[in-house]
Amino acid sequence: MIKQKSGIKRKYKKRSQIKSIMFRYKKNKLAMFGLVMLIIMILIAIFANFIVDYEVDAVKQVMKERLLAPNKDHIFGTDAYGRDIYARIVFGARISLFVGLITITLSLAGGAIIGATAGYYGGKVDNVLMRIMDIFLAIPSILLAISIVAALGAGLFNLLLAMSISQVPRFARIVRSSILTIKDQEFIEAAKACGTKDSRIIIKHILPNAIGPIIVQATLTMASTILTISSLSFIGLGIQAPTPEWGSMLSDGKSQMRYYPHLVIIPGIAIMMAVMSLNLIGDGLRDALDPRLKN
Amino acid sequence: MLRFIFKRLLMIIPVIIGISFIIFSIMALTPGDPARLILGESASQTDVELLREEMGLNDNFLIRYVDYMKDVVRGDFGLSYRNRIPVYDEVFARFPNTLVLAFWGITLSVLIGVPIGIISAVKQYSILDTMSLGAALVLASIPAFWLGLMLILLFSLKLNLLPSTGVETWKNFVLPSITLAAGTMATLIRMTRSTMLEVIRQDYIRTAKAKGAGERRLIFKHALRNALLPVITIIGINFGFQLGGAMIIETVFAMPGLGTLMITSVRMKDTPMVMASVLFVAVAVSLVNLLVDLLYSFIDPRIKSQYSKS
Amino acid sequence: MSEKLLVINNLFVDYETDEETVHAINGLNLVINKGETLGLVGETGAGKSTTALSIMKLLPEKVGIIESGSIMLEDIDITNTTEADMRLLRGNSISMIFQDPMTSLNPILTIGDQIAEVLELHRKDMNKEQISKKVDEILELVGLPPERKSEYPHQFSGGMKQRVVIAIALACEPKLLLADEPTTALDVTIQAQVLEMMSDLKEKLNTSMLLITHDLGVVAETCDRVAIMYAGEIIELGTDENIFESQNHHPYTVGLFGSIPDLTKVTKRLNPIDGLMPDPTDLPAGCVFHTRCPKCMEMCKTEKPKEKVMGSHMIKCHLYD
Repeated sequence: MIKQKSGIKRKYKKRSQIKSIMFRYKKNKLAMFGLVMLIIMILIAIFANFIVDYEVDAVKQVMKERLLAPNKDHIFGTDAYGRDIYARIVFGARISLFVGLITITLSLAGGAIIGATAGYYGGKVDNVLMRIMDIFLAIPSILLAISIVAALGAGLFNLLLAMSISQVPRFARIVRSSILTIKDQEFIEAAKACGTKDSRIIIKHILPNAIGPIIVQATLTMASTILTISSLSFIGLGIQAPTPEWGSMLSDGKSQMRYYPHLVIIPGIAIMMAVMSLNLIGDGLRDALDPRLKN
Repeated sequence: MLRFIFKRLLMIIPVIIGISFIIFSIMALTPGDPARLILGESASQTDVELLREEMGLNDNFLIRYVDYMKDVVRGDFGLSYRNRIPVYDEVFARFPNTLVLAFWGITLSVLIGVPIGIISAVKQYSILDTMSLGAALVLASIPAFWLGLMLILLFSLKLNLLPSTGVETWKNFVLPSITLAAGTMATLIRMTRSTMLEVIRQDYIRTAKAKGAGERRLIFKHALRNALLPVITIIGINFGFQLGGAMIIETVFAMPGLGTLMITSVRMKDTPMVMASVLFVAVAVSLVNLLVDLLYSFIDPRIKSQYSKS
Repeated sequence: MSEKLLVINNLFVDYETDEETVHAINGLNLVINKGETLGLVGETGAGKSTTALSIMKLLPEKVGIIESGSIMLEDIDITNTTEADMRLLRGNSISMIFQDPMTSLNPILTIGDQIAEVLELHRKDMNKEQISKKVDEILELVGLPPERKSEYPHQFSGGMKQRVVIAIALACEPKLLLADEPTTALDVTIQAQVLEMMSDLKEKLNTSMLLITHDLGVVAETCDRVAIMYAGEIIELGTDENIFESQNHHPYTVGLFGSIPDLTKVTKRLNPIDGLMPDPTDLPAGCVFHTRCPKCMEMCKTEKPKEKVMGSHMIKCHLYD
């Protein structure tokens, strides 16, 4: 491999790190597609009330109009209670994204505290904390969520609690390993040798390098959170009726699936698109942060 | 080496204790009186109190936990709160179904996912590669239960080829296994591909090439074994996830396995049932992890010597 | 009967990526004779490794391209040899060893296996037993106990690993050994041992060697002739005497020697050569060294100097026209 050294002045401007990350991300067409999809979904979620009327379309049961296939009045058709599926999908977006976002915020916060403590102090503290995390990780997260929800009862708050707790160990591990990797690298020693204060080391050196993998993991975890929430709602332990949630819509439609496939096909596609966009973004971020990994 | 295995088996115990303690605590937080649930609304308070004493429900939470674990060690998992049948019988009857499902799920995902990952890496940037990555992305984004429903729609309801419920014959396991395999397959394709790519760039591959080795020899003799190491770890880590997924899939396909049992039991707050199920799952996962570690050491001589020394 | 083993004639090699084209080798002429050790000296980025990789045709796929020129191994035209035929040559007629012994061996195969492999590939006439015996022989030859052939690379030290690498390279008694900085990653004391061993083997097997290094000391010890490379060209070439004792030199060579710290003199500053090697995607016109040359003349900026041959000594500089 030829190393390039140039005695001539650089032809290109030096980009700040963030700008080059953004540049690489933009170059990735799939990642941009994912980002666009997510933004559209977020907009739909935020402006849901302007697109459809909650009471009228999503919740009120109109038995006269039940189980209609997609037509010009109801572009996605209606469900077994006569509710417009399009409207329910739109509001479902709000629920899924909302729960997903809160979950990763809470679990990231919790995980970061545990992971940072374990990583930074090391020794016994690290050992104990990580053993506890390992035990939690050994339980399939669905099982843990189910247990918590079943014990505390269904409902939004309990669901959030259950989901957050189940994802804390994952973040704790990532934060801890980021801190460990960076703590030992030579440039930290170099910084210390120059007399840099600990806090400055953390803020200026450790954090920027640690944030990357954490953000990637957050995005991907949000994707799997949305999957888990819809799974939980599917078995009746998640979001309760009549609140529209994609997973419970699937559960509702399951019994009628043979003759009214649109009941199950459409909500599933919605879930898939939400999850896919987050996966694409997570992957895109990962590639943009460290292009070496790609090739 | 045997010492290492023994040590690992011992280490499973604290993990089991930890998990069981956590789940027990969660179940103990359950509002609602199990004695009342068993006897029904119309039973007198005195009867309820008597039953509570009998079941030891008035004891301190920690005492209850220790008592429970003491019984477990003797093989007594208690009676179901719901219908007072021995928990062990029920769990033991259902567990095999779940295991078979999980086993086929992993096997399918490995048999299909790993080779695709390898081919993808060797023919990087080709059409095959792009398609594999696309497939992996889609598979990773599909909710498992939805995939199950779609498969039922197509193969059971429309084409009438395969059954959609029950566990009578091997045919019953086809659709559920495919559904379960899908998620892990996605991860395996990507992981295998990326580790193969990394390995191909290693210096020792260059050395082998300089010896005059051809592509086939490079891939199978040199690259593959090195690339499989992280992949095996993934399979192990994923097993717990597989079991969780199996639970949901059992619901979709109405299979009498541990999953459906657990979900019903949790809903009904049937603590003994839930505890026993969790313990079975935890032990299974730990054993599989141990197996994976052993397998790892057989493939990588560096690890083997570490284990032998300990 | 010609004495020449390897003849490289006017070789041009580029690395083509999506963003740019790197001109790694620009008009290289080189001859290696039978039984001799030719040292190839130059800074990082001069193109030394690329030269060796080109001879083995191990340039990175799709990126490394031999644009023009020829490489002849006796009467085999390497530049026009198919990949399948190259595989017959690699490890057999031409071998290469690389810089870092720590990563050059496959961690999950025994060293015995790895040495045997090169014999399995090229000596179809040998059966398993014979190969096993030969592996033992070679291990002894490089100074390693044959009993250790069922051990794994991680159980050996750096110097021993490099011996294994050399054993693999010489197992089939190649005509030419390309050694890309074989001792740079080793301790100085081990370095001496390994170099001595390589010289011995070279004598025994009558192998020619291209020794790539940036260490002039190593060159003086082990090489018969020396070629000095800069920015993809050979700018000076000659025997040990020519290079170390003659008064005539390319200005770059003068700079190279001058930059070696002298333990006997007391100086305040080191003497690097001013400037850096030119950007290989954007090479200067005329003499490739002119931007850094203290003796640069007008014609150096526009006219490429020709190779001026004075007996066994070649200098590519207008000063000697």
